[in-house]
Amino acid sequence: MTQAEIIERIQSILRDVLDLDDLAVSRATTAPTVDGWDSLAHINIIVAMEKDFGVRFALGELEDLKNVGDMVDLVLRKTGG
Amino acid sequence: MKHLLDTPFDAHLILRKKKALRRELLGQGGLLDKRIAILGGSTTADVLDMLELFLLKGGIRPVFHESEYGRFAEDALYENPELDAFRPDVVYLHTSYANLTRLPAAADTPEDADRLLAAELARFAEIWDALERRHGCLIVQNTFEPPLLRLLGSQDMVDHRGRTNFVTRLNLGLAEAAGKRKDLLLHDLNYLAARLGLERWHDPAFWHAYKYALSAEALPHLGHSLASLLLAAFGLTRKCLVLDLDNTLWGGVIGDDGVEGIKLGQETAQGEAYQAFQAWVRTMRERGVLLAVCSKNDEENALAGLAHPDSLLSPADFAALAANWEPKHENIRSLAKAMNIGLDSLLFVDDNPAEREIVSAQLPEVAVPDLGQDVSEYPRLIDASGLFESVGLSTDDLKRSRFYAENSRRTEHEARFADYGAYLDSLEMTAEIGPFQPVHLERIAQLTNKTNQFNLTARRYSLAEIRAVAENPHMLHLSGRLTDKFGDNGLVSVLIAEVQGQSLDILLWLMSCRVLKRGMEDAMFDAVLAQARARGLSEIRAEYLKTPKNAMVAEHYARLGFTLVGRAENGDSRWQLTLSEAAQPKNTHIRTLP
Repeated sequence: MTQAEIIERIQSILRDVLDLDDLAVSRATTAPTVDGWDSLAHINIIVAMEKDFGVRFALGELEDLKNVGDMVDLVLRKTGG
Repeated sequence: MKHLLDTPFDAHLILRKKKALRRELLGQGGLLDKRIAILGGSTTADVLDMLELFLLKGGIRPVFHESEYGRFAEDALYENPELDAFRPDVVYLHTSYANLTRLPAAADTPEDADRLLAAELARFAEIWDALERRHGCLIVQNTFEPPLLRLLGSQDMVDHRGRTNFVTRLNLGLAEAAGKRKDLLLHDLNYLAARLGLERWHDPAFWHAYKYALSAEALPHLGHSLASLLLAAFGLTRKCLVLDLDNTLWGGVIGDDGVEGIKLGQETAQGEAYQAFQAWVRTMRERGVLLAVCSKNDEENALAGLAHPDSLLSPADFAALAANWEPKHENIRSLAKAMNIGLDSLLFVDDNPAEREIVSAQLPEVAVPDLGQDVSEYPRLIDASGLFESVGLSTDDLKRSRFYAENSRRTEHEARFADYGAYLDSLEMTAEIGPFQPVHLERIAQLTNKTNQFNLTARRYSLAEIRAVAENPHMLHLSGRLTDKFGDNGLVSVLIAEVQGQSLDILLWLMSCRVLKRGMEDAMFDAVLAQARARGLSEIRAEYLKTPKNAMVAEHYARLGFTLVGRAENGDSRWQLTLSEAAQPKNTHIRTLP
């Protein structure tokens, strides 16, 4: 999986979970800049990512995700790509 | 998109699309408003969201109150102005194994374990008492799911220190309490966790990270199960199974294969599966679900199939039967009319996708599940849909099939009379109309929640509210029971009114459709008239509040001689009757007992 593909899939998850049909994200996107991305929505985003990428994040891995770029890197690491 | 909520559903997809689903479901009309307080022992955010989706799908628009995290006991037990002001219709205690803080320890004697069990049950009894006292609403209590970890393997169930043993005994204690308390409804979380599988239900990481006491995947299952229970409590369940015949109640096509050729009975695996489905359908009938046939067949063939020696169902088991070549949606509409129940009370079972398609397109109120091609799966899939959820069998449920059988005898009888009045007289009807009796309060509350068509205001009352009406001297309350020569129709009509100065204001008037056009409304009217006169009142005021289902009573008060006071744009109307003048008794066909 390429970085671009992963961003694309994360974007699609964010659009669904946050109900924002035309949301566009990049590596630099952070939660506070996106409408509705609060701590409760974040749980749904993580759950949806685990399901979509077929991975399970360990507790420690979720603590320092600062932006979408960190999420992409984490998925890359977990999927060995 | 709301088909995503049909069972069997994809739990993760529902979680991911919950916002868009909610938006779509809120756009529907005709929803019943209910106030639900969730008092949690763990995180409840997605419990609330999932419950909301499935309630909206079932016809209830909930407003929620959530307790602070983990404060279910404190919120129930102590002064809580916020919850008081919320005035809940339902309090759901979202508790689970994680909230059992005092479990038997290794050094405990059997007596210690018994004491812990009694203390835990007493703690919950205290919570229910406080909620009943303060809010008088329906309380929903979970059973506890079995822990994933056992200390003693299988002996965990045997030993008094075993957690499995403790939870099992606790659940039996909760069930016993729910059987005794009328306002307490048990939600069987234990069963739900077992059905999904304990390894999928429990998610320790999800607990440590977010304090959810169940896995993400389990959340939609919980929401669905809770919503099914609440919908049943408010009378919004299905009442009738409408069944296709060929390849549904038996294998093969009877018109082609003949009675000898259809697959039914113990000789083949397929025949056995169809017979097992029939056996399940029969148990549904015994618990009060109505049955109807809707089949493209000559009626003669349909009846021959039901007379098959291995058929467990006979024509007499069905409240209505349509076997002909008309389109199925038209037949289903006629069946509903013949049984006097709404289309939203029906669940249609047909193996043919084309028939299901046309019925669900033409009659969106009818539940038309896709059960696949394997009849051995049908009972499980219909059961898991929660559409026939019950809040306990009333005597009326057990008698329902008989009521309908008697009704078809009445209809045959009617055909022999030229004059409808003469027919009514020949029924030899007796009505018993009087103030609410304690033994009837539960049935009365049930009727206020289930009756949609003959219901002037469609106000819904909880058991506690009905009890309050019965105890309030300013309220006039009447319930009516109707018996005729074919049998007892049970308690079928309810009226609640309030004395306001010189006036009597009718707040609720409903009647079961089982006794439509029998003159029972006239007998009820006479009773109100007599009561109002006995109290020396000068007028009766009444209103008709329009709902999507009660058009049949829009002119009810006009028919009884009331004067129209005003009609609102939304179809609601207000009426008045002065007691001095022509207000005369109406009933001529029913003998009344006080």
